[in-house]
Amino acid sequence: MNAHPLAGAVAGAARLISGVQVTWRDGLPERRQSVFFANHTSHLDFVVLWSSLPRELRVRTRPVAAQDYWDRGLRRKLAVDVFNALLVARHQGATASDAQARDTIDRIADEMGDRYSLIIFPEGTRGTGDEIGPFKSGLYYLCLRKPGIGLVPAYIENLNRILPKGEFLPVPLISRVTFGSPTCLERLESKERFLERMRDAVRELKRR
Amino acid sequence: MMRALRSLDPPLVWALGGLVALLAVATLIGLTMRFAVKNPSARKTIDNLNLRIRAWWVMVAVFGFTLVVGPIGSLVLFGLISFLALREYLTLVPTRRADHHTLFWTFFIFTPLQYYLLGIKWSGFVIVIPVYAFLFLPSVMALAGDTRSFLERAAKIQWGLMICVYCISYAPALLTLNIHRFGPNAKLLLYLFVVDQLSDVLQYVWGKLAGRHPIAPSVSPNKTWEGFIGGMLSATAIGTALWWMTPFTPAVAAAVSVLITLLGFLGGLVMSAIKRDSGVKDYGTLIQGHGGILDRMDSMIFAAPVFFHVVRFFYAL
Repeated sequence: MNAHPLAGAVAGAARLISGVQVTWRDGLPERRQSVFFANHTSHLDFVVLWSSLPRELRVRTRPVAAQDYWDRGLRRKLAVDVFNALLVARHQGATASDAQARDTIDRIADEMGDRYSLIIFPEGTRGTGDEIGPFKSGLYYLCLRKPGIGLVPAYIENLNRILPKGEFLPVPLISRVTFGSPTCLERLESKERFLERMRDAVRELKRR
Repeated sequence: MMRALRSLDPPLVWALGGLVALLAVATLIGLTMRFAVKNPSARKTIDNLNLRIRAWWVMVAVFGFTLVVGPIGSLVLFGLISFLALREYLTLVPTRRADHHTLFWTFFIFTPLQYYLLGIKWSGFVIVIPVYAFLFLPSVMALAGDTRSFLERAAKIQWGLMICVYCISYAPALLTLNIHRFGPNAKLLLYLFVVDQLSDVLQYVWGKLAGRHPIAPSVSPNKTWEGFIGGMLSATAIGTALWWMTPFTPAVAAAVSVLITLLGFLGGLVMSAIKRDSGVKDYGTLIQGHGGILDRMDSMIFAAPVFFHVVRFFYAL
């Protein structure tokens, strides 16, 4: 499947508004199926992260976005048609049953096939940008379901200032995306330890 | 195109031609040094120099083109420079969530408004930011309700607007002046640009060659008395020699050049102090070898408003 004709234009516009400067700490990733995961503070996050990827990676990378927000009118057109996003239901805290969560992971894994990489925001919701919230367990279950998949942490800086939660007009400051070294789920690593390690991997990319 | 060129003012054409010749010489020297020098660390300095020269070609081409196009071209160019400079500045300066609307106003209302007022040649452009934005922006901030370091945030945003928009807009504001038996004023803008930027380059060169005694070591260790005086004298010599593209006599041109050089130095020093306070080396990465827009414009920030007012006071009708 080829990229949507608007995808390049939207990526360009996102780069222009966000002035994004991209750093790959460890050089460009090899061409393997990966999950790019990052902190989440703004609706612009997935567009900007997606447009910071080199083109050949970008066409094979699908963002995972929340169905309750993106599955409506124009947003849906943008997310699904242009970015080929994978919309998933968010299960809030206690209401989430194990079966529902496993269903979602199964669907994601099926849609990935052996071709697509993903963009995931494991916090599950946008934060204020001060602290990175605890990671939801989806990332862990996805790794169990697709063993050997590469995990690339990324830290997104300043998008919370460009388009904070609750605003709809962006302010054109300069943002920065830093990609870290790829890692993966280790053998016998516990869920809690793994999620904490992933969160640290993102936090570590924050410039001091 | 040819007709447009022929209708140009001869001094403007001569000055632009001279600038191109100067860059051509610099490029040749840079290339020669590139092949002559073998020592890797010196090589690095020369590569950086060549990168800077290449960026100068682009800057002179863009600036020259907008001068030839006419006032609208220069206004659009400087409006864009202000916008990008403000972007670099406000990225660096911490703001809070509650400042979002204030920032929106500075970027999308006051910045275009300032250049629009210049476009319609309304002399009130000198008060809009220092009076109205000064009162309006803290009001928006207070209404947003967050009082944590309120004064600091308000001051930082207003400084950004003053430096990046108000002060820089004084350069194209020269085009709005009506000077007796002189014109087009594009010459005057080019004169300010050449003396100001050459003084910057020459201070750097003199500093590299002979710099011993830093002027303000805790702010900018590279700014030395030797560099400053050498740069000032040589830029003043050039500024005096270019008197024919200004309404000044040679003696006045010399005095004005001293003023531009001195203010350029102070502007650069103040902008360095802000960078030092924020813990960065450059404001941005937009221009290869030069850092960001604000790093290149820092000497213009103080020089442009004073140059404008001196010209207006003594020469404008």
